[in-house]
Amino acid sequence: MSDAAAAAPMPRRVSFVSRLLGAPGAVLGTVVIVTVLGLAAFAPYLAPYDWNATSQCRRLAPMSAENWFGCDLFGRDVFSRVIYGARFSLAMGLTTVAISLVFGGLLGIVIAYGGGRVDRIGARVIDAMLCFPPIILAILIVAVLGVGLVNAALAVGISGIPRFARITRAATLTLVARDFVEAARATGAGHVRIVLRHLLPNLAPILIVIATLDLGSAVLFTATLSFLGLGAQPPTPEWGAMLNAGREYVRYAPWTMIFPGLALFLTVMSVNLVGDRLSMILDPRQRDRS
Amino acid sequence: MSARAILGRLLSVIPTLLIVWTVVFGAMRLVPGDPVMLMLQGTPISESAMEAARAKLGVDRPIIVQYVSFIANAAVGDFGESFRSRQPVTRLIAAEFPKTLELALGGFVVGLVLGLTLGVIAGVRPNGWVDTLCMTAALVGLSLPSFWIGMIMIQVFATQLGWVPVLGSGWDALILPSITVGLFLAGGLARLTRNSIIDVMGQDYIRTARAKGLSTVRVVAKHAMRNAMIPPLTLLGIQFALLIGGAVVTETVFARPGIGKLLVQAVLEKDFPVVQGIVVMTTAVYVLINVLIDIAYGIIDPRVQE
Repeated sequence: MSDAAAAAPMPRRVSFVSRLLGAPGAVLGTVVIVTVLGLAAFAPYLAPYDWNATSQCRRLAPMSAENWFGCDLFGRDVFSRVIYGARFSLAMGLTTVAISLVFGGLLGIVIAYGGGRVDRIGARVIDAMLCFPPIILAILIVAVLGVGLVNAALAVGISGIPRFARITRAATLTLVARDFVEAARATGAGHVRIVLRHLLPNLAPILIVIATLDLGSAVLFTATLSFLGLGAQPPTPEWGAMLNAGREYVRYAPWTMIFPGLALFLTVMSVNLVGDRLSMILDPRQRDRS
Repeated sequence: MSARAILGRLLSVIPTLLIVWTVVFGAMRLVPGDPVMLMLQGTPISESAMEAARAKLGVDRPIIVQYVSFIANAAVGDFGESFRSRQPVTRLIAAEFPKTLELALGGFVVGLVLGLTLGVIAGVRPNGWVDTLCMTAALVGLSLPSFWIGMIMIQVFATQLGWVPVLGSGWDALILPSITVGLFLAGGLARLTRNSIIDVMGQDYIRTARAKGLSTVRVVAKHAMRNAMIPPLTLLGIQFALLIGGAVVTETVFARPGIGKLLVQAVLEKDFPVVQGIVVMTTAVYVLINVLIDIAYGIIDPRVQE
């Protein structure tokens, strides 16, 4: 892949952003992501009310000019809570993907580079770990660590490690057999140097693609755990937790459920749109396809 | 696939499950606190009763003995008693399992029909507006929080329109939950099917079929579909993981009894034998299904050997 990338004409790299934004879906996705990041950063200035102040309005009051998204059971402004919720979604998603990426990637490289028995045993264990349906593994980890926002993020992150390890291992195996690694070894480069200077730069595009493609489902996954009551706990204004709280009285106040869910959906959709576009640009096989 | 190869595949389940269950055993030992205290939840108890409880749980034995007996019990499906209801975990799971199976099958059918249809329609004429529309729909399916769409459907179709009951054990109470589970499945399946159809449509035998003057519908239905279905169908085993995930969430949304609801409840109540039992059982089912699909695939497609 490195040879191909090096041979490619320079303009490709120069116009990366414009290429990324070359599809309407990706533009829309970028706009939403930037908006969500903005909401997260400036929540105290943008939210009309305190996210946790009760009795701001009548309990379960419907949407109005004062309370755009209505009020929840404790008389809290849903609009303000949805804005503060932006602080959790992407941050949680990025944290979990970072955990999966760093540990899974490291494991994959070490196993493949180690080769021989290390690789055989490592691959066997990774395959076995992939036999846990991700949600079951995540719930098992939450059961051990205890319920909570941080633990849910850890659980989702850890449950992604085998998947990242497998992909990294496969990619590293093809690289290790290549001439430039052999050449580096022949010139007396140490293991650390080969891994950092020769393998990692070549793995980066693949790792970036899987990480981006995974981000959307990571955001969704952590919100799901919160919805199940295993992640963020009330009164945290996390979107999944808000949906869980709104579940009991959705009949009388559907707005308590519609807006946090809509925010979550738009965020995940946008991340997926941008991720798809990014993988199309970075992965040559995808590029030929559409 | 020879009988020998099939036997080999079946036997490969054993080391895999051994690793998986070792992880479960290790995880359960990492739970902070004394298991007896967790079981009693702070109820005061005499020293002798404590010893008796310890012996009953088997936690007074050396760790290696505990490990061997855990694996042996897991293999025969014995997970002890629930800390809360004091019923055998196996009985609890057996009571809920048919409900979850029903939901998973319903979701599977919805996902399969919707996913394959979208994928084929999109893949036959790639990059047109129909393709864009179908793939956008698939992406929406992948991005929708299933608990959210489930709640909206309950509101609209059950509460407002009254078309289907919210609760109940009849088949009509299964419609909305099945759609909820199926939507997510459909998104991924549609994308796979589309790519597979595009690959197949470029093959020589499709050109030959077209050259013979067959209509597009006939070419797709008789020649392309059969070959294009192989990659998406091999991934059905992996889809089972999504089905389990979908079932866990959907059961909570629809307040349906089932394995998922039991599991979430058990985690919240720190009922570790139940958590352990469900994890061991789902991984066993998952591994077995994948091996069976693997074998079936080998029998159907002679190009795949060993």
